Amino acid sequence: MQTTFSVTAGDFTKAGTASSQIKRMLKQLGVPQHTIKRIIVALFEAEVNVIAHSFGGEVQCEVTPEKVFVRVVDTGPGIPNLSLAMKEGWSTASEQVREMGYGAGMGLPNIKKSADILEIDTAANNHTDIRMTFYLNGDNQ
Amino acid sequence: MTSPYHHSLTIREQLCYGCTHCMKKCPTYAIRIEKGHAKVDPSRCIDCGQCMQACPHHAIGVEQTPFELLFSFKQRVAVIPTVFFSQFEDSITNKQVALALYDIGFTHIYFAEIGVDIMKHLGLQNPDSVQKPMISNFCPAIIRLIRTRYPGLCDHLSRLRSPGEIAAIFARAEVNDQYPDHSENGIFYITPCPAKISEFKTEEGNHGRLEGVFDGVLNMDTVFNKVSNSISKNKKRFSSELCAEPELPFTTAGASKWSLINGEKQPNASRRLGIDEIHQVIDFLEYVEEDDDMNIDFLEFKACAEGCTGGILCTRNKFLAKERIQHLASQLPETLPEIVKTRIDKFADFLRANALEPDNMEDHAIKLDEDMETAIHKMEKIRKITSALPGIDCGLCGAPTCSELAHDIAQGGASIRQCTVLRLKDPKELNTLSRIWGEKKVAPESDSQSNVL
Repeated sequence: MQTTFSVTAGDFTKAGTASSQIKRMLKQLGVPQHTIKRIIVALFEAEVNVIAHSFGGEVQCEVTPEKVFVRVVDTGPGIPNLSLAMKEGWSTASEQVREMGYGAGMGLPNIKKSADILEIDTAANNHTDIRMTFYLNGDNQ
Repeated sequence: MTSPYHHSLTIREQLCYGCTHCMKKCPTYAIRIEKGHAKVDPSRCIDCGQCMQACPHHAIGVEQTPFELLFSFKQRVAVIPTVFFSQFEDSITNKQVALALYDIGFTHIYFAEIGVDIMKHLGLQNPDSVQKPMISNFCPAIIRLIRTRYPGLCDHLSRLRSPGEIAAIFARAEVNDQYPDHSENGIFYITPCPAKISEFKTEEGNHGRLEGVFDGVLNMDTVFNKVSNSISKNKKRFSSELCAEPELPFTTAGASKWSLINGEKQPNASRRLGIDEIHQVIDFLEYVEEDDDMNIDFLEFKACAEGCTGGILCTRNKFLAKERIQHLASQLPETLPEIVKTRIDKFADFLRANALEPDNMEDHAIKLDEDMETAIHKMEKIRKITSALPGIDCGLCGAPTCSELAHDIAQGGASIRQCTVLRLKDPKELNTLSRIWGEKKVAPESDSQSNVL
């Protein structure tokens, strides 16, 4: 089953809306609580990334009895140096974003910790495509 | 659907019109209208009593222990929350209420809130396994809500017994000590809410927590009537100076306000938050579930507005009742007198040994299906049906919202033909409406209609 939510750039008032909807759906489907928790942590970070850093994008979520696959794709401007972005505490967030309590540089590192598989396609002046897989039968199948 | 929990709320079919007020108010969407009457899904109901408060026809009743059961015991102990005393107007004194409680048959009275004093005095603590933020387990409707809708938060629930239960355990210890034939000693809780009765009636081993704690649970409105009758009959005698001072129950100022929202002043909880009214609590629980770094030590949730003074079985205006509890508190001491401490210390070991809830409280998460593949199919179906429905949540189909109807259809319990708005486009089908609303209301040539037309 697949579902899609669009995420608007710069609209922090809606931060967590997609994560929250997906959480409700996963609960109804009977996804184990500890897995839902991991998914929400990662998805919320990715959602805020789209709001804070991108020109806007969308969250796609696909559920099968084996795994939950979440893809967060934006329309740019891309991450010029991915290995730096994966470092804890490194952030390009603007002063304005930091003032709102975001931009601590934990986004991608937290996603990496939570997901079983994390794949990122990105480049400067390109879109960023983050794909996360969470297995349902035992961790890290 | 079945439920491991007992439910104390019942629909009186002879009074129920199927008017949808309760269905619209139910916070867990547990109510549907079938054949002209409200029906409750026991697997979703959390016994909060919102439906009873919303019902304009008094068609929802609450079961309780028959009052006469009191008299099968020689010692008849009342465990009473302070909220009971707050139900009376100022012209009726606490002394008169106490005299009336003895007059209607009780032999001993304990404030439920003495349980708070006992917990503090003995330093009773939760096991370390309880996660932060700790969630209060004071309100029984909230416990059921979390176990069915927010199972991921069960580890946050306090495991200490609620004050009324600790008070009852203490009362039983004292009475048993004085009257050795234990079968003659009965402990009765007087409750402002149906959820407590449901808890009492749910068997131990089947998620019940109160077996052996209480011998009966009485509704506050029933006891209120009996006490009011007694006071009006004995007005002269009760208010006479010559009338001996009755033994008044005791609690401290802080404990006496425990049942009000923000009344649970937990030690070691510097950051705390109290939220009342079940719909607000549900909104907030969604946040708690999603926010891992919520920097709060203690969360107090109460299903009724203002806390227990908003209880469904309370008779007086909740704000006036709250004020009377605050006034009562201002007359109570801040700390326990030595004589009460000594009484508690006498049974300290017994109280410590019984301070925690029984360990049979696994969650009962509501899901679409036990099998995930089937659940996924059902959810896809719900999506498709929801997009076909008008989305105006009129309730005429007998379900509270369009998405709930879609849910019922996917679960096999309803048909899309129940949607009246869609039906308007398809005038062929009248039968379906009579299935929801009963023949009388929808028959095309009914009297009421011809009168109007």
